[in-house]
Order: sequence, then C-alpha cells, then structure tokens
Amino acid sequence: MADLKLTDVEKAYGEVKVLSDINLDIQQGELVVFVGPSGCGKSTLLRMIAGLEKITAGELQIDGMVVNDIPPSQRGIAMVFQSYALYPHMTVRDNMSFALKIAKKSKSEIDAAVNRAADILQLGPYLDRLPKALSGGQRQRVAIGRSIVRDPKVYLFDEPLSNLDAALRVATRIEIAKLKESMPNSTMIYVTHDQVEAMTLASRIVVLAGGGIAQVGTPLELYERPNGEFVAQFIGSPAMNLLAGEIVGTGAQTRVKLAGGGSAVANIPTTDADMGLKVNLGARPEDLVATDGDDFLYAGEVELLEALGELTVLYFKPESEGAAPVLAKLAGIHTDLKGRKVKLKADPSKIHLFHNKVSLLYR
Amino acid sequence: MSPVFQGMLTIIIGVGGCVGYFYFSNMLLDKVIFPAKGPNTGRNINRANQVRPWLFLFPAMFALGLYLAYPVVGSFWRSLFDRSGANFIGLGNYIDLFSEGTFRTAVINNLLWVLFVPAMATFLGLLVAQLTDRLSWGNIAKSLIFMPMAISFVGASLIWKFVYSANPDIGIINSIRDAMGLAVLDPLQVRFWNNFFLMFILVWIQTGFAMVILSAALRGIPEETIEAAIIDGANPFQVFFKIKVPQIMGTIVVVWTTITILVLKVFDIVYTMTGGNFGTHILPSYMMTYMFRDDGRATAVAFVIMLLVLPVMIWNIRQARNEMR
Repeated sequence: MADLKLTDVEKAYGEVKVLSDINLDIQQGELVVFVGPSGCGKSTLLRMIAGLEKITAGELQIDGMVVNDIPPSQRGIAMVFQSYALYPHMTVRDNMSFALKIAKKSKSEIDAAVNRAADILQLGPYLDRLPKALSGGQRQRVAIGRSIVRDPKVYLFDEPLSNLDAALRVATRIEIAKLKESMPNSTMIYVTHDQVEAMTLASRIVVLAGGGIAQVGTPLELYERPNGEFVAQFIGSPAMNLLAGEIVGTGAQTRVKLAGGGSAVANIPTTDADMGLKVNLGARPEDLVATDGDDFLYAGEVELLEALGELTVLYFKPESEGAAPVLAKLAGIHTDLKGRKVKLKADPSKIHLFHNKVSLLYR
Repeated sequence: MSPVFQGMLTIIIGVGGCVGYFYFSNMLLDKVIFPAKGPNTGRNINRANQVRPWLFLFPAMFALGLYLAYPVVGSFWRSLFDRSGANFIGLGNYIDLFSEGTFRTAVINNLLWVLFVPAMATFLGLLVAQLTDRLSWGNIAKSLIFMPMAISFVGASLIWKFVYSANPDIGIINSIRDAMGLAVLDPLQVRFWNNFFLMFILVWIQTGFAMVILSAALRGIPEETIEAAIIDGANPFQVFFKIKVPQIMGTIVVVWTTITILVLKVFDIVYTMTGGNFGTHILPSYMMTYMFRDDGRATAVAFVIMLLVLPVMIWNIRQARNEMR
C-alpha cells in the first residue's frame, strides 16, 4: 500500500542506454500497466523497481523513501514472474511460507497468512502438492499467493500470463482483476506486451517505446487521445490507419485533403499558420463507415475480407507498391463487398491528425 | 614391422571389422535368410526386423559376456580353491580372511576412504563450482582444479611423494616444519592420520570431476527461482542451501556415488605411496599383495570388493536414471 515516485530514472549497460528520463508517479491503489513492444525496456524498468537490476541514474522512491540502494527484500515489494519461479523442491505451502520463514515469523502467523492466501486463490486442496503436480494456471496462482502472503506495499507482475494458453489466460486475467478489486488499497505494477491485458486491467497505462515513456494515461485516454503516431498505432487492434495529407481549412475544425484523393474534417482546432501543413490523418478501422456521398475519406478496392459474423474486416488494396493497406471494420456481415470499390468516411470527432509523428492535440 | 604401423593396422582391422560385421551380417539377413521378395515378402520383412536388433547387439553381448560375466563366475569358482588351485576348500579362503588382522585393518581403512573421499571431493567440488560461478577468471580457476583429473593415479602419487617427502629440501610439509623449527617427520608413517594423507591425493584428483558436473547443474537452475528467493529475503547462504542445493540434490547424489565406486577400486595410490605399510592397506591394495602368490585368497578379496560395490552401483544407476527423466 504505497506511493511510488520515479525521477529521471536511467538504465545503461556500459555505454548502451536502454532507458532514460523515466519520470512517473504511481499512487496507492493504482494498477499501472507497463506496455510496449519487445525490447522497449518494460521488464527492465520493473526489475529496477524490484531491485533485481541496479538503477544507473535517477531516483526511485517508495513511500517517500529513496530505495535505490536498498535490497529487494526490504523494499516491501513482491514479484510474480513469467515462468512462475516456484521452488520445485517445496510443496505449495512451503513455497508460500518461504519468505515468512526467512523473516522468522511465528508458526501461527505463517499458517494464518498462508491459509488466507489459499482461500483467496482457492488453493486449499493443493497446499501439500509439489509444483510439478499442478497445472500452469494453478502454478501461477501459487506464485501470486506467494506474493499475497508477504502483504507487500507494491505487487510487481512480470508478464504473468504469457506462459498460459489462450483460454486460461483470459480466466487468469479476470482472476487478477478480481484480486485487485478485493484489495483496493494495494498498488500493483503489471508488465505485458499484450494490449488487451493492458486495456482491461489497468487503471493507468504507461506506454514505453524507444527507451523512454511515450505516453501515460487511462486506457481510454490513450485510445481516444494518443499523443503520437506510435501510441495511436500501438493501442487498438487492428492498428490505426495513417493516410498522408495536407491541411486545407483551419479554425475550430480542420479540413484535410488527402494525397489519395479523399478529404475529411476533424474536430481539432488549428490556426491560419497551419494552412498547407503536411499531416498524417489517423482513423481507426472501427471508426470507418461506408458511404455513398461525395464527401469521402478514402476510396479503394476491397482486396481481402474477413467475415467474423459480428463484424467484417476489409483490407483495401494499397494505393502504391509497398504501402500498408487500409483496414476497415464494418459492423455486421458484408461478404458481397469483395473486389468492389468502397468509399469510407469517419465522424470528425474520431479523426486524429499528426505532424512529424506528434498529435496536433499535444503540440 | 614398426610398432606405429602395427598399431595403425590393428585400428584399421578393428574398426573395419566392426563396420564389416554390421554391413555384411545385415546384408546376409536381408538378401539371403529372409529375402524381401517371393511369396512371403511381408512375413520375411517382419522376421528380419525381429532378428535385426539381436544381430546388432550380439558383438556387445558377446564381449560383455566374455570379459565381464564369465570372469565373475570364474573368479568366484577360483576363490573356493586353495593356493595351488588344485584342492577345493569351500569357503576356507573367506574364513581365513576374516580372521586376519591386516584384512580387518583394510576393511576399516576402506570404510574411512568411502566416507571421507566422496564427501570431501563432492563438498569441495560444490564449493568451487559455486564460488567460481560468476567470476571473470572462474574458468581459469576451474581448469586448474580440473587438471589433476588428467593425471594417472600413479603420477599423482609420485607428485605427492615429493610433497610428503621427509627431506625438508624436497617436501613442502617438512620444509614448513623446518622453517618453524619443528623436527622433520615422515607424514606417511604417522599412524592413522597417514590414511588421510593418502585419501587427500584422491580428493585432489576427484574434486575437479565433482566441480565440473556440479557446476553444470548449478548453471541449470532457473535464474528466476534465485531472484524470487532474493526478493523473499533469503541471504546468499539461504539461497545456496535452501534453493540451489535442493534443486541439484539428484546430481549431488550421482557424483557422490560415482566417486564412492571409484574409491572402492583405487589401489594405485596406496600401492605407490606406502605399499600398504604403516597400517594403510585398503581392500584393493590388500588384494594385490596376494595376487600371483595365492590366487584363491586374492579372488576371495576381489569378490568381497564386488559385493561392497554392488549396492552403491545399483543406487547410482537408479539415481542417474531418475536424473534423466
């Protein structure tokens, strides 16, 4: 149950800087998710908070105390690893009570803590089994139980669901969400590369990219108001379409003429100075709708079509060789559209504009 | 004929003979005995496939039978006869053995060897493996400690004969004693403790073996379990004894029993260093004193050794099998 504060935190391996300028405030009771493509340093950042990696520069505070040089066990953190990291030679009970035994807690205290955790996670029947006699999901629950028993200030999760199969992943994700709800005061930091996990679990998401923080915000903030092309394309699946164009009308609303022939209006204020500015227009596949009118954003031939029943994903033929295809998600079944030319438009409130990869909203 | 040429010829005949045996016997089976044609093609192929494993196993089984199984039976039979080999005396050799003082000393000494050498070599091997794990010069240290493994027991004994030499100009122990003003003594004549001076030579040789195997086992421990233990607040000693050692317990047992079996067979060190004098006999060296003089007695000792090794061997093989699973 604690606040975390990272100030100018940096990590370098020799000459190579993998993380820099990390500034982050995490309040008690939050579930913050670090998300980013592989190699962005999200696990490294978590391991720095845990104390398993040294912080090269900057300051990490837990509850107002600088913990840079404090060993992991005294930071008041508990960590759940991707590979579970259960002690294979100990029973579930011994796995969960190991930390308390090391801390020389009394037997009754240990039993109470283990039983409480076992109740929360429904591990009662498995307490005397060895980890190898458990399924993947059960093992991960034991790993979580091992954290709960210690009653830490901060829970750290390092891709805890990555080793589970798809069905179990969803079930365990919901269990973690419930667990968080049952412990509203606990602070949790969760690392994942899966944006669905990030969107569903997080109270705030930290998007990491290129060795720094790209954007911090609630899941819907990131979805609705991404600050740049990277976050725009990283959050949401399939990724946001980006189309090159130029500003032809300014004011409270902005009109953009696209290189591909279409045009669109966005609810983004601009000034006269922006006239003629080269921009990339972003529109999410789910925000595109078919239109018959002349005021269309994009027109193209449907090359490929995925009918999922509830919706149909349309893949348009790229305008030029090598360009990414435009995608649209239409509600309902539209199998008749294959090979046809379709015009698309989007609501002005759903359109994003980027100049030099930065959103015009965040200039 | 020059010996080099002779050796080469032997190798060529040996290897060529092996390859030839497998090739031609297989051909004989497929083409002549059960040919894959004619009215019984299917049945012939099945039969050939049933016979083939035995065909290929035959040379190994024959060699093992000739050089392992037959000698065991033959030795036991010989141990029931007297020195000349002409008169059957039943268990007479065994009864004589147990009434002899030197044999009892050898058994007790052997027991000390079996307890001390594997324990010490495994312990030191584990210690070195753990301490050199993260060192930048760890591999050099490990190579140095492994080096004695490459020296024959007799060679090692000769080296240690210099170390234990009673001449302070040669032996390091006496050189130190001399420098400290103590009287020169021959370590190998110090009763009881001289056994441990001999055992130490084998520990010196075997530590490298234990270290290599245990070092690999330590590397195989998942890093996350160690990190989890560190987060759980375990200090380095607790990480080592409560997390690392239990996870490699199977390997430790295999190393331990392997060295135990070796200990029960080593005679070179005692033979070279003291010849079994000053109360340092162990069973294999004791056996050697009777060999060629009283083969009945010597084979009886050999049989006692085999009976002692057998349970450790079975345990060792079981453990090794469990490890593989």
